[in-house]
Formats: sequence, C-alpha cells, structure tokens
Amino acid sequence: MSLIKRALKTWLLLELLRGMALTGKYLFKKKITVEYPEERTPLSPRFRGLHALRRYENGEERCIACKLCEVVCPALAILIESEERDDGTRRTTRYDIDMSKCIFCGFCQEACPVDAIVETQEFEYATETRANLYYTKDMLLDVGKRYESQIAANIAVDVPRKG
Amino acid sequence: MAEIKNYTLNFGPQHPSAHGVLRLVLELDGEVVERAESHIGLLHRGTEKLFEYKTYFQNIPYFDRFDYVSMMANEHAYALAVEKLLGIEAPERAQYIRVMFAELTRILNHCLWLGAHALDIGAMTVFLYCFREREDIFDYYEAVSGARMHAAYFRPGGVAKDLPEGLLERIKGFTERFPGYVDEYETLLTENRIWKQRTVDVGVVDKEAALAWGFTGPMIRSSGIAWDLRKTQPYDVYDKMDFDIPVGATGDSYDRYLVRVEEMRQSNRIISQCIEWLEQNPGPVTIDDYKLTSPPRDAMKADMESLIHHFKFFAEGYPVKEGEVYAAVEHPKGEFGVYIVSDGSNKPYRMKVRAPGFAHLGALDYMCRGHMIADVVTILGTQDIVFGEVDR
Repeated sequence: MSLIKRALKTWLLLELLRGMALTGKYLFKKKITVEYPEERTPLSPRFRGLHALRRYENGEERCIACKLCEVVCPALAILIESEERDDGTRRTTRYDIDMSKCIFCGFCQEACPVDAIVETQEFEYATETRANLYYTKDMLLDVGKRYESQIAANIAVDVPRKG
Repeated sequence: MAEIKNYTLNFGPQHPSAHGVLRLVLELDGEVVERAESHIGLLHRGTEKLFEYKTYFQNIPYFDRFDYVSMMANEHAYALAVEKLLGIEAPERAQYIRVMFAELTRILNHCLWLGAHALDIGAMTVFLYCFREREDIFDYYEAVSGARMHAAYFRPGGVAKDLPEGLLERIKGFTERFPGYVDEYETLLTENRIWKQRTVDVGVVDKEAALAWGFTGPMIRSSGIAWDLRKTQPYDVYDKMDFDIPVGATGDSYDRYLVRVEEMRQSNRIISQCIEWLEQNPGPVTIDDYKLTSPPRDAMKADMESLIHHFKFFAEGYPVKEGEVYAAVEHPKGEFGVYIVSDGSNKPYRMKVRAPGFAHLGALDYMCRGHMIADVVTILGTQDIVFGEVDR
C-alpha cells in the first residue's frame, strides 16, 4: 500500500505542485511591497537618523558646549570647540559631526542634558562626495530648523524616556 | 602517461554564495573536493582591541556589529558578562524583554539563514517570504530602540528604554501569524525533491565529530546531542519558559534545516509566553543604581545629584572590580561567549569574544571532503556563517 502511495507521490509531483500552488496563491494576493520613494513605511518616534542641533523657541542655541556628546561618542565622530561669548555664556564655536564615522548608536542624544543634539527621522542624506558628509555646526542647525516640529513631537511622544 | 594533477580552485572572496568575504581554496579531483582550505580575515576590524580603549558603556554598539544578523543576541552576552562582573541582576521586566527580543532575534537570524541558504542552492521563492517576516521584526527593533539593525538596546543592568505603547499587541499579532508562515516555508521545502536531493546526506557530522570540532547550537543539536545553553545553564528568565529542544537524527544538512525550522516555532512559543507576562507586569526596566545606569531624564533635569550622576556616567562610565568573567548565551548560531578581564578601571583590560561561526568554519574541510563542488555551497550555507563574528 505504502509502496503504491509512494509511487503515486513521486509520479504525480505532488509536493512540487503544492509549492507552486502556494506561490500561485500569492500571485493574486494584495502586494505587501511599497513603491519607494512615492510610498513610505511609517517610522518609529525613536528612529535614529541624521543629527540635528536644536534651538530654543526664542532662537537661542540649546547647546551649552558641555562636550558630553563628544566624550561619549564611541566612534569619535564629534568635534567641539567652544568660547565664552560677550554675554558671559559659553557656546560652541565649532560643532562638527563626521557622518562617515558616526555609527548612529544614539548615545549623543542620550547624553545631551539640554536636548540640543538629537537624531531626526531623516535618513535620505546621501551625497556624491565624502566631504559633504562632514556636517558643520551651521549645517546641523539648519537640519534642526527644518525638522524642529517633528523632533519636538517625537520627544513629546516618547516622554518619559529613560536615559 | 601524463601525470594527473589536482585542480586548485579559488572560491571567493567575491563569490555570491561565499557568504560575505570567505575565500576558499578548493583542491579538486575532477568535481570532487579533496581539500577545502578557508582563508579568513578579510573582515577583521580589530574590535577586541578597540574594546580596550572604550568604556563598558561605549562598547555596547560594537556588539551589534559582530554577528550583524542577530544583533541583540550579541548584546545579550555582553550585558550578562558585565552584569556578572558587577554582581548585579537586571529587573525582572528587563529580563523578560531581553528574552523576548533574543527570541525575536533568533527568528530574524533563522529567516535570513533559511532564505539565503535556499537561494544558494536554487530555491528563490523562500527568500522573498522570509524577508517579509524579517521586515516585521525590523519594525519591532525600530520601535523599541530606534534602529532597524544596530539597536544598542540591551544594557548592563537592563534595557535602554521600556517598550513603547502598542508594541506588545503588534508582536502578539506576529506570533499568531508566524506559525502559518513557517508552514509556508515547509510547504516549499521540506518535502520538495530538489531540496532533498541537495541536502540529504550532505555534510554528515556524527556525535563524536560534532563534539570534537567544538560545535554548538543547531549544528550540534542536528547531530543528536540535546545541548542548549538555555536549558543547561539558563540565564535571565529562560528557566521559567516552556519550550522544547529539537534534535536531529543523522546530522546531515537536511537535519540542520529541520532543526532550525523547528527552533523558529519554539522561539515563537517563548515569545508568546513573554508577552503574556509583560502585559500584566509593568515595572522598572533598569536597575536604579545611578552609578551604573544613567538616571531618568526628568530627574536629571530636576535635581543636581542626578545631573552629576548623569555626567559621571556618560563621561567616565563606571569602574568594574578586578576579575575575570565568562558569560555565554545560546546565540542563534551557537554558543556566543564574552570573556572579560578587568583591572578595576572603567575600561576592560582585555575582552575576548567566542564566536560560534569560527569553530564551525574550522570543520568545513572535514565536512566537505569527498563531496562534489556544488555541495560546498550547501555545507557552507548550512553552517550559517556570518563573517562579522568569524573575523571580529
């Protein structure tokens, strides 16, 4: 009996047909792929993308040049120089992040005591040269300006956050 | 008569089925492999040396980059090792979260393995279906840590952040769907005659050989030895989980496929048990010793004491008392262990990583001898080699 069964199985290509039926079924199912870049999948509020330097609502820079992000950065991607301003406060004169060194671990935004350096949901910052991946303070502040509403919304969603 | 010489063939490092940057020098007699010599080191980044110059906290993201297919499983070994050295234990909720994500990582790893392995030996469709499930798990990674792959989520003393709202329901939905998906993979492969012809009796490793070559994980289990660190030396909350260890009978490539597929189902069982517990038990996810973790953000902004702790933690880390420690986890590929020698400072004096892939690759020559050249691809695939961990 089992011999006949086995012969039938072999000759009728049952398991191959079953496999093809499965792929055939998916041919007529709704597709799960999206047409990037026209369509996108949602990003989590915790997403760690391109960095941004933020300002307070009155236009003042948040960063106080404590250099904690520079110290904690495992990839040594951040370079900061600072000076005292005329009004007696300390601010950065140079704040560079080398995106080709950065490993996007998010430790800088965890370390920042004033929420100045954050990672945005932006991930499409490809450039044609490596030099363009060296972000200076002006570029980072500019990113912050563009994404401020999104950054603030994401931080609001994710409070209370730990670390 | 002319002397017949063996033909020497370079396989890789650019070969599409050489799994990354493996270079194999194959000595062939016709189509039969006489010797397979593996040349490794093309992805060596010197991470172990790098560890000696970074604090225990800064080392976390580098663990994602060992076996870049099962990121959180690597972090798990490191977190456990440092916790052991410090003599602390993560809160129970953190342990459940870690076990849940370690098992999600196992599914993530096995999905890539199954897809890529099947693709290597000619089955295209499975790859597409496996990557559909990987996409779901990447979304959970992203929701919880912010990165789709290199999460830096498990920390010594707990996890980075608590689960975001709604994530447990999403993962629950996944665990309900997933057994059906595994059935689909099995429909395509398990009985398929081409798949069987390519894998049955290829690369047979018996019990003695598996032990002698230092196999761990699915590789040793497929040879018939029920060795699983989650059962034999449970860490975190694995001792509270109800799951079975699949064991193979003959130790060939087909058995290794069956063992890994069954492991996916068992992982799914563990995940649903974790979800059940996590839904009912809110609580802290990191220890509240601010010498060893950063204080909560609102506390850091409100009082001076916490701010000082915050600065001390991120600027110089924490000193770890002098000593040596080894901690291992049941990584999707085998036993992944971390050995730390501490000299009492805030940086490890020496750190050694025991990667399962390295031991498995060592047995490649033994497994390949006498097989046809096409079987080298099967054997290599079945070992689940990832070069990030082999070369470190």
